[in-house]
Amino acid sequence: MQQILSISGSPHIHSPRSTDRIMWMVIIALMPALACSLYCFGLGAAIVTAGSVLVCLVTEYVISRYMLGRRTPVFSVSAVLTGLLLAFNLPSNLPLWIVAIGGVVAIGVGKMAFGGLGCNIFNPALVGRVFLLLSFPAQMTSWPLPGADRMSYVDVSTGATLLSSLKTGDVVQMDLMREALGFTGGSLGEVGAVALLIGATWLLVTRVITWHVPVAILSTVTLFALAIGSDVAVELLGGGLLLGAFFMATDYVTSPMTHRGMMIYGVMIGVITVVIRHWGAYPEGVSFAILIMNGVTPLINRYVRPRKFGERRRAYGC
Amino acid sequence: MTLHTFHPGGIHIPDFKLSASAPIVDLAPVASLVLPLGQSIGSPSRAVVAVGQDVAAGQIIAEPSSRISAALHSPVFGVVKSVGSVDGPWGYPEQAVVISVGDAQPEQGGLADMEGDMPGQIRACARPYIEKVRDAGLVGMGGATFPTHVKLDVPPGKVDTLVINAVECEPYLTCDHALMLSAPAAIVYGVRLAMAIVGASKAVIGIEDNKPDAIKALSVHSGDCDDVEVIALRSRYPQGGEKQLIHATLRREVPVGGLPSDVGVVVMNVATIYALYEALVLGQPLTRRIVTVTGPEVPRPANYRVPLGYPVRELLRLSGVELGAGDKVVFGGPMMGRAVTNVDVPVTKGLSGILVLPASVAGRASVDPCVRCAKCVEVCPMGLEPYLISTLSRLGQVDEAVGDGGMMSCIECGSCSYVCPSSRPLLDYIRYGKGVVRSRKKR
Amino acid sequence: MNSILISVIILGSVGALAALALYAVSRRFAVSEDPRIVEVEDILPGANCGACGFNGCHDFAVKCVDRGGVDGMNCPGAGSDGMKRIAAVFGAESVDVVRNVAVLRCAGICESRHAAAIYHGPLSCAIVSAVSSGTESCAYGCLGCGDCIGACRFGAIKLNSDTRLPEIDENLCTGCGVCVGNCPRKLLQLRPYGPKGRRVWVSCSSLASGAVARRNCSAACVGCGKCARTCPFGAIVVEHNLAVIDAAKCRLCRKCVAVCPTGAIHTANFPVISPSSQSDSSHTASLL
Repeated sequence: MQQILSISGSPHIHSPRSTDRIMWMVIIALMPALACSLYCFGLGAAIVTAGSVLVCLVTEYVISRYMLGRRTPVFSVSAVLTGLLLAFNLPSNLPLWIVAIGGVVAIGVGKMAFGGLGCNIFNPALVGRVFLLLSFPAQMTSWPLPGADRMSYVDVSTGATLLSSLKTGDVVQMDLMREALGFTGGSLGEVGAVALLIGATWLLVTRVITWHVPVAILSTVTLFALAIGSDVAVELLGGGLLLGAFFMATDYVTSPMTHRGMMIYGVMIGVITVVIRHWGAYPEGVSFAILIMNGVTPLINRYVRPRKFGERRRAYGC
Repeated sequence: MTLHTFHPGGIHIPDFKLSASAPIVDLAPVASLVLPLGQSIGSPSRAVVAVGQDVAAGQIIAEPSSRISAALHSPVFGVVKSVGSVDGPWGYPEQAVVISVGDAQPEQGGLADMEGDMPGQIRACARPYIEKVRDAGLVGMGGATFPTHVKLDVPPGKVDTLVINAVECEPYLTCDHALMLSAPAAIVYGVRLAMAIVGASKAVIGIEDNKPDAIKALSVHSGDCDDVEVIALRSRYPQGGEKQLIHATLRREVPVGGLPSDVGVVVMNVATIYALYEALVLGQPLTRRIVTVTGPEVPRPANYRVPLGYPVRELLRLSGVELGAGDKVVFGGPMMGRAVTNVDVPVTKGLSGILVLPASVAGRASVDPCVRCAKCVEVCPMGLEPYLISTLSRLGQVDEAVGDGGMMSCIECGSCSYVCPSSRPLLDYIRYGKGVVRSRKKR
Repeated sequence: MNSILISVIILGSVGALAALALYAVSRRFAVSEDPRIVEVEDILPGANCGACGFNGCHDFAVKCVDRGGVDGMNCPGAGSDGMKRIAAVFGAESVDVVRNVAVLRCAGICESRHAAAIYHGPLSCAIVSAVSSGTESCAYGCLGCGDCIGACRFGAIKLNSDTRLPEIDENLCTGCGVCVGNCPRKLLQLRPYGPKGRRVWVSCSSLASGAVARRNCSAACVGCGKCARTCPFGAIVVEHNLAVIDAAKCRLCRKCVAVCPTGAIHTANFPVISPSSQSDSSHTASLL
């Protein structure tokens, strides 16, 4: 008797790397930085992170299941990742109810309003962060001092960060070692440059992300800072630049599809970041820069196309 | 040393060459052989034998019915049992000649005479040799089955280099590898003959670096002259694509919509070269080929040399395969081969391998939304945007997929579908769109 | 108070200027369109199906006005009623046109065929048929993925979940023929609606020899030719193992239905006269 066989179009094998798996890899890559901020900010960091992840998970499930009527699993890795990234962009003394608003806006407005995973134009975590920054500027810009009192949450003592001193024109008392290890004020994921770099290196080696976007951003910021005579080390290590360059700007959904497009995107993010930092109203410009370029991404995709094999060579390569 | 490979795109796939060390097993014909008439691209050949007629080994049983069509020969001495419709591997009926194999088979194989200056004679006048190739029923044996005599018939002076495809970039398959190890001298001589026919002054044989023994074997035999060069290539899929191979070996880029001859190149598969050697030197038409039987759970992966028309089910039995419900049997490699619904079919000229995938891996993962990760754009060897043309094609906007997206240059290598983390059926929809365009053209 | 006045004046004058400019531009660039085009377009179904042979409904309306009538024009979607109304726009009489409906020439329900393969991949008839002959045993029959359903602009085709075959609602079908081109197996065919909707057709498209066809599907036409010999009007011919009924010659006597050994000849809208007409397609029964 003839057995009933399976059929399908080619190819008949598939890479083991699935979307969920890639997102888990990014989450794992964020773990060193999370450990670092837990060490620096203690209880506050734990509460903000857990709260943000939980709110994102619940929001995603509720909207997907009850508002869009989709059959959807309770657990969504992408919501966890968004929650984690959102938390990384918040100060550790932020009250939970503000964190919750951020999570609902990130998932609800940033992602599900566009149709869910893959359809959003803007990075959801950044949408949440910027919404909070505009709505609660006081709470969003009073950063706790790292390592000050780890067991307190909202009533922790706060201080200025490197970047805010950049704008106010104070003399920057900078200790590179302290900054690299995270002992300056800032949002959760903005401390611990070394920890972020460890995760980023792993993502680059495993080819989850390509070098184009981060290299373009960092080198643009470096060159621009040199040109205007700013302190390069402060520009690179201060604020959310590293987090933004490696983990936020490289977000698949909202970054361009071609390597050349990624370079343009990265360079523009670098330029806008420095411009906002020096001449804008806010001390930090990475989030805005990435969001602005997220909006430009469809345009980049439309006009920056890969060179087709066998097409007449243009001046630029591929 | 950095090894050459092609640009852009490409992907490294674990090669699973399970049968790489298996020697070629020669199999005698079974009681009856089924020879489908459509064994090449183009129109099926026309049967020239009647039921009940005796046929000799190597006798022509079907002739080309048009310019792009190939002759077919009986691999054995026997009697024509029937000429008519049989069930094909994909469930569609096809026309075939069935031959009952006679009891006493005459000894096969003449003595090879590589002493005479056949390449020289060919260069003086290639036409009779092209006709010999046509009469021997040669087709491209890498799977595309393009009639070889049409490919060799190039205007004089148009081609300067012959590129031999010995990369075997498909995972699992090892038939070309086994052939190169068993007959390197014949292959190098065959390359010289093919060079002479197309008027090329140079030949390069591209082999991927996962076959060091084959690189060595062919280098030894081509070593004394510099007109035949063996080039080791970094393993990368789809290096066996015609345009990719030309780029990897010669750095020449075939223009969009063009043919290799536009850049002075003819590409031939190494198994076709061996068949050319057999046809011209030994005077044997194409009546047998090497088939790899393999798969992750196949007990005895092997390379078999079988007469055309040999039953696939018997090959599976010899390798110890017991098919279960939901298993998948693929004719060809896992990336570009076609899954079949029926294994009671014969070996044909284009069948390079039989891949058996167990039911556990035969299905597909659930399709997730596109996260625009750009992996498909990164791996596409033709520089296309698979996510875009696939979506356009799915939505029926075929004109934009062709005009803006360049869909018709897709070589259907499957790299995009392989790499897509959301398991989107990119290639299925691109293939669908190409089908729509082709049927429109026909109209 | 003063500031309110100033802003009202500024805004008011800007508004007035803009209105003037808009008026001038609209007069300068006005395109006059024959009002009958809109009238005709309102009657048309607006599905842009292309069955009339023009580029959508607007184009059809423009062509009608150009010709000053409906001679040689037919919109199957509007039907003869609609065509009469369009003709009335031009003050003319409409010629009666033959009303066509689509019929499915396959009756291979799950019970009559057997499984041949398990398919993984996108559910589209075109893709499935390019991969293999499909999940069912017959290489000519319906693939059941519903390309025709997606193609129909009038919602006239629905998949019957029991038979896994598409069913055509003759009341919604306009005979535009888009589904015909979308079936990779060419199973759908336009046939005249027939007097009182009565029509007879062979519900099979298998070109396989009788034995193979029968092996693959119990409802197949095996090409035995009984119907052709029985037909008093010579309306049936058997070509490539398949009986074909010429609708122009068929007088709806249904003698062929009675003799068909596999029940492959289907009818629509005949009154039930005997238990033997149970081979009628299921939607017929529901209509009666």
